[in-house]
Amino acid sequence: MPWYVRWRNVFREERLNDELENELQYHLAETADRLIAEGISPKDALRLARLRLGNYSIQKESTRDMNIAAWLDSVRADLVYGLRQLRLSPGFTAVAVLSLALGIGANTAIFQLVNAIRLTTLPVKDPQQLVVIDWEKNSSRGGHWSSRSANFTYIQWDEIRKLQQAFSDVLAWSAGRFNLTNGGEPRFAEGLFVSGNFFQALGVHAMLGRTLTGEDDNAACNAGAVISYPFWKREFGGDRSVLGRKLTLDGYSVPVIGVTPPSFFGVEVGNRYDVAIPLCADRLLAEDKKGRIPGRMDWWLSLMGRLKPGWTVKNASAHMRVLSPGIMRATLPAEYRPDAAKRFEANKLLATEAGTGVSGLREQYERPLWLLMATTGLVLLIACANLANLLLARATVREPEIAVRLAMGASRWRVVRQFVAESLLLAIVGALLGAALALVLSRALLAFISTSENRIFVEITSDWRVLGFTAALAVLTCLLFGLLPALRSTHLSPAAAMRSEGRSVTAGRERFSLRRALVCTQVALSLVLLVGSFLFVRSLHHLLTADPGFASEGVLQVGIDFSKAPYAKEQRLNIYRDLTERLSAIPGVVSTAQVGFTPVSGSGWNNSVGPDGAPAAESKKNAFFNRASPGYFRTMGTRLLAGREFNEHDTLSSTKVAIINEEFAKKYFGGANPVGHTFHLEVGAGKQEPLFQIVGLVANTKYYSLQEDFRPIGFFPIAQDETPGPGADFVLRIAGSPGSVIKRAKAVVAAMSPSISIQFRPFSEQIKESLLRERLMATVSGAFGFLAALLATLGLYGVIAYMVARRRKEIGVRMALGADRARVVRLVLREAMLLLTIGLAAGIVLSLWSGQAAATLLYGVKPRDILSLAAASVLLAAIALIASYVPARRAAADDPMAALRTE
Amino acid sequence: MPKSPNDKLQGTLTLLVLRTLESRGPLHGYGLCEHIHAISEDLLQVEEGSLYPALHRMEQDQWIASKWEVTEKGRKAKFYSITARGKKQLADEHENWARLTRGVTRVLRYS
Repeated sequence: MPWYVRWRNVFREERLNDELENELQYHLAETADRLIAEGISPKDALRLARLRLGNYSIQKESTRDMNIAAWLDSVRADLVYGLRQLRLSPGFTAVAVLSLALGIGANTAIFQLVNAIRLTTLPVKDPQQLVVIDWEKNSSRGGHWSSRSANFTYIQWDEIRKLQQAFSDVLAWSAGRFNLTNGGEPRFAEGLFVSGNFFQALGVHAMLGRTLTGEDDNAACNAGAVISYPFWKREFGGDRSVLGRKLTLDGYSVPVIGVTPPSFFGVEVGNRYDVAIPLCADRLLAEDKKGRIPGRMDWWLSLMGRLKPGWTVKNASAHMRVLSPGIMRATLPAEYRPDAAKRFEANKLLATEAGTGVSGLREQYERPLWLLMATTGLVLLIACANLANLLLARATVREPEIAVRLAMGASRWRVVRQFVAESLLLAIVGALLGAALALVLSRALLAFISTSENRIFVEITSDWRVLGFTAALAVLTCLLFGLLPALRSTHLSPAAAMRSEGRSVTAGRERFSLRRALVCTQVALSLVLLVGSFLFVRSLHHLLTADPGFASEGVLQVGIDFSKAPYAKEQRLNIYRDLTERLSAIPGVVSTAQVGFTPVSGSGWNNSVGPDGAPAAESKKNAFFNRASPGYFRTMGTRLLAGREFNEHDTLSSTKVAIINEEFAKKYFGGANPVGHTFHLEVGAGKQEPLFQIVGLVANTKYYSLQEDFRPIGFFPIAQDETPGPGADFVLRIAGSPGSVIKRAKAVVAAMSPSISIQFRPFSEQIKESLLRERLMATVSGAFGFLAALLATLGLYGVIAYMVARRRKEIGVRMALGADRARVVRLVLREAMLLLTIGLAAGIVLSLWSGQAAATLLYGVKPRDILSLAAASVLLAAIALIASYVPARRAAADDPMAALRTE
Repeated sequence: MPKSPNDKLQGTLTLLVLRTLESRGPLHGYGLCEHIHAISEDLLQVEEGSLYPALHRMEQDQWIASKWEVTEKGRKAKFYSITARGKKQLADEHENWARLTRGVTRVLRYS
């Protein structure tokens, strides 16, 4: 009877009872009829009929039992029996539950992250209607890029909004950071500039007060700020009278007008907004009081649209494509030269699904997460193989018992069920522990990739997907490790099993082969994981040891912002000099220099150059730039190869000079000493290209990231900056601890003006954090690789030990007949070697095949790295051989007489 | 749930029921009793107490199917009929039975 019928029976008990009653009633009635026909009185007839049917209620009970109770009871009995079996061998139970908990926990943890950043939809109204408007790949546009949202100009947003018909709303936002303090050490809030329709288009309502509306985004721009729930809790202690209270954002005061509900974090997964103000406020916060709204080259907005009913993402995308030429023509920056303008007008827009939000985090971590998921999946598989092996061994011990059960008439299915009940108990306990472990692990992983500079906020919830995933894992693992041994050990004729109890000298081969196959699989899979971890460790090592061109240890970055201090624009270069002098004078500071932006900070600036008098425009020779003060290269530990550093004679009135790096010289000056040569720099249409005299050549340095190849870089003196800004970044090479330097630097700056803000960060920390992803992969895959190797070794040990135990008599006979110990050890090791060789061979093939998946995450190492492959194979072979040498020794040390006598 | 073939008693009852249903078509429990009783010339007495559990077990194993119908006397009765699976089982059991009797006969004859 199929299980569902049984279940139905449980719920249909009443009806079943009735049916039985009716059936038995009928039988009684017919019997009574016959008895009456035979001449018995009606009263006696019924009594007699009942007597012949036997005990009426027992009859009813036992018939009904067939359907429900017996089945439920046997399930209970199976579980109780399983529990008792597990209690009897606590060692096995502990190992099984722990390895399952680790495997399931790791898988669930990674899945929670995947779920959070990839699968969960935004907490807004109808998220499936949202699309992101973006540029097609290889679009060409130059200009000023600010904020991680930089995609469109304000004018473009306006144009798109006017022309499009696919969306009921087009909303825009730009991420930023607002300093909440006035001077001193800054405290930042994650900010959002949003279009007036932002909240309404998303369907997010205020929990307190109101959200912004289209009318708030106007020229006067005096509406105020909407704050997030966590920010409200943090900054205002959840005070309900917060409305109207003032916030200082970059020195500009705005009232709070509303609080969004706890679930709303913005539209970027991995980031959380604190304060949202209308786009128009950009002007008020901008230093030049104009802001980015009128700029045709200011890329700062991200756009999302809500599809009108009946529109699909595909249609909307095609619609955007059709509109593109018109939008490009209407928003073409006037500064573009003809060829740049032509390329710009050929740009196309598209629309992609955005129900799950947009995320830089996703781009950066989606692939690593899937890889880690594959890794943990393999570990779980290896753990399952191990458990299957252990269970097979246990089943062998129980063979006589099973044989008796089968002989006494138990069906095979019944015995299998008993085995599976035991495995299911293990799987359930393992999954419960694993789920608890996952909560800790996923948070630890997040903490690993979250830094002070780049805070990552991901809501980790255990929703139905996660719970379903864990439950599915539990069932799957149970079937994987439980069913095979169960089927295997019941697949024997009772007679044969009873017989094998008796005296046979050699172990049967056939039933043992499954365990060998399992061990080979384990070895193969753990080799794949070990190779993977070696690859990631080597990649990280490569990044850590490759010369970045600067010495990051002992360098302190100091960021100073004096935009709120009462200094005139003309004074700025003098303030730079003043700050440099004051910072240099601090005890413990070895040298000080100012820099446009520090390397690997994410900032960058590139442009076309024209070497040796050639025009830069349309030269297609691209270089990256930075500004530096005298002493910068000395402070950073970058080698000066030829010429000189900048000095105090390089001023606005002197010749424009530049220092270039080796790559620049190699690419554009044929590798010759470039000192004395010149180059032009591209500028906007209608302006004269400036000419720079090269005065120095420095070693290559990394620009955006340690992972990149060296780029051609040119440095200009800070003192020749015609438009200096109200902020300055310094690098200080210090001796000793940074604590006292930081304290004195704060005092020095506060003495100049209390409204100057200052912040510090060790440069080495910035470098370290830029390698987070690599560190994560190396650490996690390394840990799992070794865990896998350990599990595989345990599996191999188990099989060899088991084999030795089975062949004890045979070995005894061999030794009695004159085989020496070395021979016995060799005999056992040969077996281990065979399994190892097959496993390694399969593993090498698998590694070569799967290495490609990691290719994009590796630096300085090829995915088919022979060294990693060899190292992993040797390591695995070594520990596996040691593991099998132990039982081999034991077999050889055995007294042959004792072995033969055990019967 | 295949029954162990060496369960003689139960096997016999199953065999009898299946065979009867095969030859006679749908019958209720009482009818089965009567029929076996009559056809075996009173040699076989079906234990009424074990008939119904056996019928229900066979129904679970899908060897027989059941249907409620009204008899000529106007009483509602549960009629059982043999299924395709039941016919296969019948063939098996028949074979087993033949082998058993052959074996027993030989032992009685030659020993």
